[in-house]
Amino acid sequence: MAALINVPSKAKRGDIIEIKTLMSHIMETGYRRTADGAVVPRDIITSFSCRYNGEEIFRADLFPAVAANPFISFFTIATESGTFEFEWIGDHGFIATAKAAITVA
Amino acid sequence: MRRGRAMVLAALLIATLPARAGEIPQDERRSGATFMAPQTQAMQDDDTANPGMLWTLEGEEQWNKKTGVSDKACSDCHGDAQTSMKGVAARYPAFDRELGRPIDLEQRINLERRRHQQASPFAYESRDLLALTAFVAQQSRGMPITAGSDEELAPFVARGRELFMQREGQLNLSCANCHDDNWDKHLAGSAITQAHPTGYPLYRLEWQTLGSLQRRLRGCIFGIRAQPYDLGAPELVELELYLMTRAAGMAIEAPAVRP
Repeated sequence: MAALINVPSKAKRGDIIEIKTLMSHIMETGYRRTADGAVVPRDIITSFSCRYNGEEIFRADLFPAVAANPFISFFTIATESGTFEFEWIGDHGFIATAKAAITVA
Repeated sequence: MRRGRAMVLAALLIATLPARAGEIPQDERRSGATFMAPQTQAMQDDDTANPGMLWTLEGEEQWNKKTGVSDKACSDCHGDAQTSMKGVAARYPAFDRELGRPIDLEQRINLERRRHQQASPFAYESRDLLALTAFVAQQSRGMPITAGSDEELAPFVARGRELFMQREGQLNLSCANCHDDNWDKHLAGSAITQAHPTGYPLYRLEWQTLGSLQRRLRGCIFGIRAQPYDLGAPELVELELYLMTRAAGMAIEAPAVRP
């Protein structure tokens, strides 16, 4: 699945930086029905997390009311150079990961 | 005295009302993006917030993937899309000599699949077709629309214009009734835009997905309670073609975001 990550490639130590993520997912609520009345099974992302050099800095639970292709943005403090690792987990064994590097001077 | 003044006022009102009727003057044309809230505009302008970009990423994969009986990828013939596909979306729908009629970008992609890759065509509005179309259209970002300049297209543009002007459906409305005559007003809280197809395929927040211009047109036709043409129908292509000539010179913004 395609994901778009926006992390500044460079930052000064102590800077507050914004991280923006966009994940491709239909986020089917499980409340809709087809024309012949059958329930369309729920298929959503249930959890998102971000680790900064191995340490978890952000986590979110997602629910059926979240729109398709969830856009999640949050802030953190640039402390050291390294990698951000992102993980999305969802229904029917959905797992997607992405990485972004940052250089902190 | 008072009555006289009221009559003058009424006469003035009547005189100003139909001022808008007719086609939009060239210098008053505006992209649908200018009707959106600043937040939605920001979403479109930021490539990491614009959900349409997810489709262009998938489209790029498609572009380089070998497929069909001939086991060829788009890139095997066309090379780097950034150069070979630059400006292509700006001139579609274009005339296909073999078929003797105009075809839109989606139909062109499917024709290429059949003729050169010997692969089965993608279904209309399928994720694969939208992704590849979005990727090709993205290469024309910022370029002026030139579709319809081919002389052979003239009768088809004229037919598209007729469809645009023709009243139909239970509400007995033509496209022009809203998009030429009342584009500065609102319909149930939504802006009526000028119907310039500058950003297709685009991500519509209401759809929660990317969609083609044909999907949008069918939605409009359904809205005036008329029978929509099937996806891929020649009438829809003629409408697309007329809309593109109407927006000639305006910049392509695909993949756009709309509310």
